[in-house]
Amino acid sequence: MVWNELAGMIVIGIGVAFDFLGCLGLLRLPDVYNRLQAGTKCVTFGTCGILLGVFLMQGFTPTGIKALVGIPFVLLTSPVGAHALAKGAHIFGVKLTDKTVVDHYAEDRGNKLTL
Amino acid sequence: MRKIVLILFAFILWVLLTWSFTLQSLTAGGVVALIIGLLFGNFVIEKAGPVFDLRRWFWALVYIPVFLWEMTKANFDVAYRVLHPKLPIDPGIVKVKTKLQSEMGIVFLANSITLTPGTFTVDLKGQYLYIHCIKVRSTGLAEASHEIVDRFEKLLIKIFD
Repeated sequence: MVWNELAGMIVIGIGVAFDFLGCLGLLRLPDVYNRLQAGTKCVTFGTCGILLGVFLMQGFTPTGIKALVGIPFVLLTSPVGAHALAKGAHIFGVKLTDKTVVDHYAEDRGNKLTL
Repeated sequence: MRKIVLILFAFILWVLLTWSFTLQSLTAGGVVALIIGLLFGNFVIEKAGPVFDLRRWFWALVYIPVFLWEMTKANFDVAYRVLHPKLPIDPGIVKVKTKLQSEMGIVFLANSITLTPGTFTVDLKGQYLYIHCIKVRSTGLAEASHEIVDRFEKLLIKIFD
Protein backbone atom coordinates (compact mmCIF):
# COMPACT_ATOMS: atom_id res chain seq x y z
CA MET A 1 0.00 0.00 0.00
CA VAL A 2 1.24 3.48 -0.86
CA TRP A 3 2.00 5.80 2.04
CA ASN A 4 -0.42 8.57 1.12
CA GLU A 5 -3.24 6.04 0.89
CA LEU A 6 -2.36 4.67 4.32
CA ALA A 7 -2.29 8.20 5.80
CA GLY A 8 -5.58 9.01 4.09
CA MET A 9 -7.19 5.88 5.49
CA ILE A 10 -6.03 6.71 9.02
CA VAL A 11 -7.34 10.28 8.82
CA ILE A 12 -10.66 9.10 7.38
CA GLY A 13 -10.84 6.55 10.21
CA ILE A 14 -10.34 9.29 12.82
CA GLY A 15 -12.99 11.39 11.09
CA VAL A 16 -15.53 8.58 11.12
CA ALA A 17 -14.76 7.90 14.81
CA PHE A 18 -15.52 11.52 15.72
CA ASP A 19 -18.66 11.52 13.59
CA PHE A 20 -19.74 8.48 15.58
CA LEU A 21 -19.03 10.24 18.89
CA GLY A 22 -21.05 13.20 17.67
CA CYS A 23 -24.02 10.94 16.96
CA LEU A 24 -23.62 9.34 20.37
CA GLY A 25 -23.69 12.82 21.87
CA LEU A 26 -26.91 13.57 20.01
CA LEU A 27 -28.49 10.58 21.70
CA ARG A 28 -27.08 10.97 25.21
CA LEU A 29 -27.13 14.70 25.94
CA PRO A 30 -30.30 16.11 27.50
CA ASP A 31 -31.54 19.13 25.55
CA VAL A 32 -31.34 20.69 22.11
CA TYR A 33 -28.55 23.13 23.06
CA ASN A 34 -26.25 20.50 24.47
CA ARG A 35 -26.97 18.29 21.50
CA LEU A 36 -25.95 21.10 19.19
CA GLN A 37 -22.63 21.21 21.05
CA ALA A 38 -21.97 17.60 20.09
CA GLY A 39 -23.45 18.12 16.66
CA THR A 40 -21.31 21.08 15.71
CA LYS A 41 -17.98 20.15 17.22
CA CYS A 42 -17.60 16.45 16.64
CA VAL A 43 -19.40 16.34 13.35
CA THR A 44 -17.48 19.31 11.92
CA PHE A 45 -14.18 17.81 12.98
CA GLY A 46 -15.17 14.38 11.72
CA THR A 47 -16.36 15.66 8.36
CA CYS A 48 -13.22 17.77 7.94
CA GLY A 49 -11.18 14.68 8.78
CA ILE A 50 -12.91 12.67 6.07
CA LEU A 51 -12.38 15.46 3.53
CA LEU A 52 -8.72 15.78 4.51
CA GLY A 53 -8.33 12.03 4.18
CA VAL A 54 -9.76 12.17 0.66
CA PHE A 55 -7.26 14.90 -0.17
CA LEU A 56 -4.38 12.81 1.18
CA MET A 57 -5.43 9.84 -0.91
CA GLN A 58 -6.07 11.76 -4.11
CA GLY A 59 -3.33 14.41 -3.93
CA PHE A 60 -3.44 17.47 -6.18
CA THR A 61 -6.08 16.13 -8.52
CA PRO A 62 -9.48 17.77 -9.18
CA THR A 63 -11.08 15.46 -6.62
CA GLY A 64 -8.48 16.12 -3.92
CA ILE A 65 -8.59 19.89 -4.33
CA LYS A 66 -12.39 19.91 -4.20
CA ALA A 67 -12.26 18.00 -0.93
CA LEU A 68 -9.76 20.51 0.43
CA VAL A 69 -11.93 23.47 -0.64
CA GLY A 70 -14.85 21.82 1.12
CA ILE A 71 -13.14 22.13 4.54
CA PRO A 72 -13.45 25.93 4.92
CA PHE A 73 -17.04 25.73 3.72
CA VAL A 74 -17.93 23.22 6.43
CA LEU A 75 -16.01 25.26 9.02
CA LEU A 76 -17.91 28.43 8.10
CA THR A 77 -21.41 27.05 7.62
CA SER A 78 -21.69 24.54 10.47
CA PRO A 79 -21.38 27.10 13.32
CA VAL A 80 -23.79 29.45 11.55
CA GLY A 81 -26.31 26.65 11.24
CA ALA A 82 -25.93 25.75 14.91
CA HIS A 83 -26.32 29.39 15.90
CA ALA A 84 -29.52 29.72 13.85
CA LEU A 85 -30.98 26.51 15.31
CA ALA A 86 -30.15 27.50 18.90
CA LYS A 87 -31.51 31.02 18.54
CA GLY A 88 -34.64 29.74 16.84
CA ALA A 89 -35.19 27.11 19.53
CA HIS A 90 -34.69 29.68 22.31
CA ILE A 91 -37.07 32.20 20.77
CA PHE A 92 -39.61 29.46 20.22
CA GLY A 93 -39.47 28.65 23.94
CA VAL A 94 -37.63 25.33 23.99
CA LYS A 95 -36.64 24.84 27.64
CA LEU A 96 -33.09 24.28 28.75
CA THR A 97 -32.42 21.12 30.71
CA ASP A 98 -32.97 20.99 34.50
CA LYS A 99 -29.22 20.88 35.13
CA THR A 100 -28.91 24.39 33.69
CA VAL A 101 -26.96 26.76 35.91
CA VAL A 102 -27.59 30.15 34.36
CA ASP A 103 -29.42 31.70 31.39
CA HIS A 104 -28.50 35.32 30.73
CA TYR A 105 -30.10 35.19 27.33
CA ALA A 106 -33.59 34.60 28.70
CA GLU A 107 -33.06 37.33 31.32
CA ASP A 108 -32.08 39.87 28.69
CA ARG A 109 -34.64 38.88 26.16
CA GLY A 110 -37.59 38.62 28.52
CA ASN A 111 -40.27 36.23 27.35
CA LYS A 112 -41.12 38.08 24.19
CA LEU A 113 -41.58 36.18 20.96
CA THR A 114 -39.47 38.64 19.00
CA LEU A 115 -36.29 38.58 16.99
CA MET B 1 -11.78 48.37 -5.20
CA ARG B 2 -14.34 46.24 -3.39
CA LYS B 3 -15.38 44.73 -6.72
CA ILE B 4 -11.80 43.77 -7.53
CA VAL B 5 -11.52 41.86 -4.24
CA LEU B 6 -14.62 39.82 -5.00
CA ILE B 7 -13.52 39.19 -8.61
CA LEU B 8 -10.18 37.85 -7.38
CA PHE B 9 -11.84 35.72 -4.73
CA ALA B 10 -14.38 34.25 -7.17
CA PHE B 11 -11.68 33.52 -9.73
CA ILE B 12 -9.39 31.77 -7.24
CA LEU B 13 -12.32 29.69 -6.04
CA TRP B 14 -13.14 28.76 -9.65
CA VAL B 15 -9.58 27.64 -10.30
CA LEU B 16 -9.52 25.55 -7.11
CA LEU B 17 -12.85 23.91 -7.86
CA THR B 18 -12.17 23.07 -11.49
CA TRP B 19 -8.37 22.56 -11.17
CA SER B 20 -7.89 22.55 -14.93
CA PHE B 21 -5.59 25.11 -16.52
CA THR B 22 -6.79 25.06 -20.11
CA LEU B 23 -7.39 28.41 -21.74
CA GLN B 24 -11.07 27.59 -22.20
CA SER B 25 -11.74 26.87 -18.53
CA LEU B 26 -9.77 29.88 -17.29
CA THR B 27 -11.54 32.23 -19.69
CA ALA B 28 -14.96 30.98 -18.66
CA GLY B 29 -14.02 31.37 -15.00
CA GLY B 30 -12.66 34.84 -15.59
CA VAL B 31 -15.85 36.00 -17.31
CA VAL B 32 -18.08 34.54 -14.59
CA ALA B 33 -15.90 36.03 -11.82
CA LEU B 34 -16.02 39.41 -13.56
CA ILE B 35 -19.82 39.37 -13.78
CA ILE B 36 -20.25 38.26 -10.16
CA GLY B 37 -17.72 40.78 -8.90
CA LEU B 38 -19.28 43.70 -10.76
CA LEU B 39 -22.80 42.80 -9.65
CA PHE B 40 -22.22 41.92 -5.99
CA GLY B 41 -18.89 43.52 -5.02
CA ASN B 42 -20.48 46.36 -3.11
CA PHE B 43 -22.76 44.10 -1.09
CA VAL B 44 -20.37 41.35 -0.04
CA ILE B 45 -17.16 43.18 0.81
CA GLU B 46 -17.21 45.69 3.66
CA LYS B 47 -13.87 47.43 3.08
CA ALA B 48 -11.23 46.64 0.49
CA GLY B 49 -8.25 48.28 2.20
CA PRO B 50 -7.50 45.60 4.81
CA VAL B 51 -7.52 42.80 2.21
CA PHE B 52 -4.25 44.05 0.71
CA ASP B 53 -2.55 44.52 4.09
CA LEU B 54 0.05 41.77 4.35
CA ARG B 55 0.40 42.03 8.15
CA ARG B 56 -3.23 40.93 8.49
CA TRP B 57 -2.56 37.91 6.30
CA PHE B 58 0.42 37.04 8.49
CA TRP B 59 -1.73 37.11 11.63
CA ALA B 60 -4.37 35.07 9.80
CA LEU B 61 -1.70 32.41 9.19
CA VAL B 62 -0.80 32.51 12.90
CA TYR B 63 -4.48 32.18 13.76
CA ILE B 64 -5.04 28.96 11.79
CA PRO B 65 -2.87 26.62 13.96
CA VAL B 66 -4.16 28.23 17.17
CA PHE B 67 -7.71 27.63 15.98
CA LEU B 68 -7.04 24.06 14.85
CA TRP B 69 -5.45 23.24 18.22
CA GLU B 70 -8.44 24.64 20.14
CA MET B 71 -10.78 22.73 17.85
CA THR B 72 -8.98 19.44 18.46
CA LYS B 73 -9.16 20.04 22.21
CA ALA B 74 -12.87 20.79 21.82
CA ASN B 75 -13.47 17.45 20.21
CA PHE B 76 -11.71 15.45 22.90
CA ASP B 77 -13.59 17.48 25.51
CA VAL B 78 -16.99 16.69 24.03
CA ALA B 79 -15.98 13.09 23.39
CA TYR B 80 -15.00 12.74 27.07
CA ARG B 81 -18.31 14.17 28.28
CA VAL B 82 -20.33 12.02 25.92
CA LEU B 83 -18.53 8.80 26.84
CA HIS B 84 -18.49 9.47 30.60
CA PRO B 85 -21.23 7.35 32.22
CA LYS B 86 -22.48 10.22 34.42
CA LEU B 87 -22.49 12.95 31.74
CA PRO B 88 -20.50 15.66 33.63
CA ILE B 89 -22.26 18.79 32.36
CA ASP B 90 -23.40 22.07 33.96
CA PRO B 91 -24.94 23.82 30.98
CA GLY B 92 -26.04 27.44 30.82
CA ILE B 93 -26.06 30.55 28.66
CA VAL B 94 -23.69 33.35 29.67
CA LYS B 95 -23.23 36.82 28.26
CA VAL B 96 -19.82 38.06 27.15
CA LYS B 97 -18.52 41.26 25.60
CA THR B 98 -15.94 41.59 22.85
CA LYS B 99 -13.67 44.47 21.96
CA LEU B 100 -13.85 43.73 18.24
CA GLN B 101 -15.42 46.42 16.06
CA SER B 102 -15.74 45.03 12.53
CA GLU B 103 -18.68 42.79 11.63
CA MET B 104 -16.41 40.31 9.89
CA GLY B 105 -14.26 39.99 13.01
CA ILE B 106 -17.27 39.36 15.24
CA VAL B 107 -18.57 36.72 12.83
CA PHE B 108 -15.23 34.93 12.91
CA LEU B 109 -15.11 35.21 16.70
CA ALA B 110 -18.60 33.73 17.00
CA ASN B 111 -17.72 30.86 14.67
CA SER B 112 -14.45 30.20 16.48
CA ILE B 113 -16.23 30.11 19.83
CA THR B 114 -18.73 27.63 18.42
CA LEU B 115 -15.97 25.26 17.36
CA THR B 116 -13.97 25.37 20.60
CA PRO B 117 -14.26 23.52 23.91
CA GLY B 118 -17.68 23.47 25.49
CA THR B 119 -19.04 26.71 24.10
CA PHE B 120 -21.21 27.87 21.26
CA THR B 121 -22.72 31.16 20.23
CA VAL B 122 -26.50 31.44 20.54
CA ASP B 123 -26.97 35.08 19.60
CA LEU B 124 -25.10 38.33 19.22
CA LYS B 125 -26.31 41.84 19.83
CA GLY B 126 -23.78 44.50 18.90
CA GLN B 127 -20.67 43.67 20.89
CA TYR B 128 -22.40 41.30 23.29
CA LEU B 129 -22.42 37.60 22.59
CA TYR B 130 -24.60 35.00 24.27
CA ILE B 131 -22.62 31.82 24.71
CA HIS B 132 -24.04 28.43 25.63
CA CYS B 133 -21.49 26.60 27.77
CA ILE B 134 -21.63 22.88 28.38
CA LYS B 135 -19.75 23.50 31.64
CA VAL B 136 -20.29 26.97 33.13
CA ARG B 137 -17.23 28.12 35.13
CA SER B 138 -17.98 31.79 35.76
CA THR B 139 -21.15 33.78 35.27
CA GLY B 140 -19.89 37.38 35.62
CA LEU B 141 -19.57 39.38 32.41
CA ALA B 142 -15.88 40.19 32.88
CA GLU B 143 -14.69 36.74 33.99
CA ALA B 144 -16.69 34.91 31.36
CA SER B 145 -15.42 37.27 28.66
CA HIS B 146 -11.87 36.73 29.79
CA GLU B 147 -12.27 32.98 29.83
CA ILE B 148 -14.09 32.47 26.53
CA VAL B 149 -13.25 35.40 24.28
CA ASP B 150 -9.69 36.50 25.08
CA ARG B 151 -7.65 33.76 23.46
CA PHE B 152 -9.10 34.50 20.01
CA GLU B 153 -9.73 38.20 20.44
CA LYS B 154 -6.06 39.10 20.68
CA LEU B 155 -5.38 37.64 17.24
CA LEU B 156 -8.67 38.60 15.58
CA ILE B 157 -8.17 42.27 16.50
CA LYS B 158 -4.89 42.18 14.59
CA ILE B 159 -6.55 40.53 11.59
CA PHE B 160 -9.81 42.42 11.24
CA ASP B 161 -9.76 45.70 13.16
